[in-house]
Amino acid sequence: MTTRDEIYATLCRLLQPFNSNGVELSPDTEISADLSIDSVSVMDFVMEVEDNYEIDIPLNVLSETRTMNDLVTVVEGRLKQKAPS
Amino acid sequence: MTRLLDKYQTIIERRARMLAAGSDAVGLVNQQVLSPTRAIINGRETILAGTNNYMGITFEPDCIAAGQAALADFGTGTTGSRIANGTYSIHTELEAALAQFLGRRHCIVFTTGYQANLAMISGLAGPRDTIFLDADSHSSIYDGCTLSGAKLVRFRHNDAPDLGKRLARMDADDGGKLVVLEGIYSMLGDRPPLADFVELKRQYGFELLVDEAHSFGVLGPNGRGLADEAGLEEECDYVVGTFSKSIGSIGGFGAGNDEMFDVLRYAARPYMFTASPSPATIATARAVLARLAAEPERRTRLWENSKRLHEGFRDLGLDLGCDVVSPIVAVKCPDEPSTVAMWNALLDAGVYVNIAVPPGTPNRLCLLRCSVSAAHTTDEIDLILELFGKVVAAAHHTRASA
Repeated sequence: MTTRDEIYATLCRLLQPFNSNGVELSPDTEISADLSIDSVSVMDFVMEVEDNYEIDIPLNVLSETRTMNDLVTVVEGRLKQKAPS
Repeated sequence: MTRLLDKYQTIIERRARMLAAGSDAVGLVNQQVLSPTRAIINGRETILAGTNNYMGITFEPDCIAAGQAALADFGTGTTGSRIANGTYSIHTELEAALAQFLGRRHCIVFTTGYQANLAMISGLAGPRDTIFLDADSHSSIYDGCTLSGAKLVRFRHNDAPDLGKRLARMDADDGGKLVVLEGIYSMLGDRPPLADFVELKRQYGFELLVDEAHSFGVLGPNGRGLADEAGLEEECDYVVGTFSKSIGSIGGFGAGNDEMFDVLRYAARPYMFTASPSPATIATARAVLARLAAEPERRTRLWENSKRLHEGFRDLGLDLGCDVVSPIVAVKCPDEPSTVAMWNALLDAGVYVNIAVPPGTPNRLCLLRCSVSAAHTTDEIDLILELFGKVVAAAHHTRASA
């Protein structure tokens, strides 16, 4: 089972190439607003997350996913769906 | 209190920086339009190399006359939607003519190309369905997807195996599946490996929509687009197109063979809740369509011009958006300030091209985007090449040696 901390660490690693202003990340960081990255970059980042975990995160979900913590919750949920215990 | 427009502060600042560098790259005024390839901009005659006027067909006397006659016969506007008072004989005649041109059983005309994608995608897919869209899709496709309420899965650009991976992850009972592709992608000018996507269709059983906005009139032995070129029209369930590029008018269409197709007229909101296209736009579209069918040499001329521009840019050592010849020839630039500066230098030297910057571009690219027209003369293409040599290649070489 992948823990929330592990997911958060992975997300931070995957986000670095998009974080061109070098903003320090926290679970409360708002991905688009705080990092000043545009909507396409957010979708590109999420695609990296999808590939890393071999899950799909539909674009509809993103409209309600603002912070890193929100995205951790989404990934956690998708991983549970993928491998029901 | 939060003011609603406050959230656009970064856009306001970005635009101010653009204006400080010269002309208004995202609001340039054509003071007069002289021909498909010439206009008066900033008081001087300028070569147009960013119009999407692929067939160079906006000033044909008989097409203009057809528009004028429709204005006189049917009036300035229809004042209503197609499902109320806005259906005229010219609308249904254009739909029949387009269906025949496309070799499809059914065709619906929309008021703009943007609305064509909005209507077709949101009409076909609903909240229980899934749409798979290419990452580099045009905004009208993204917006149509959002309007549909469907589950949206984005796949890597032109990457059929990546789509296959995502299709394989789908649950069996997840409703209908729609895959959306474009015939030619508008920013880089590249096109998808359609046969690979069709192969996936056989495996996974989705429905396929191809937006031929930039490829209609341009690709295929009949000028019907990518599916025509690939000989795979039967496999493409739905085709979308626009009148604002090769047709040189405004409006759009959707077409297909399904016997239920016409139900979209009572299900697609961007069709139902907007005024129908004006008589003049419909009549000119009809007249141009007849000319395109009768004049395949326009396509030949377009490809000759495209090849000349593509190869000329390549010989200048420019970094291009795609490595195949295409009527869209995009030059990759290092960053936004240098792109804006070069765009202004080109305009001052007498040529207009499009400027394209993120998020309107894939992979955060900054582009000087040219679109070629069949109406460009060889001298005009050579002048564009000469100016890009002076402005863009020179800047490139200065950077390389710095």
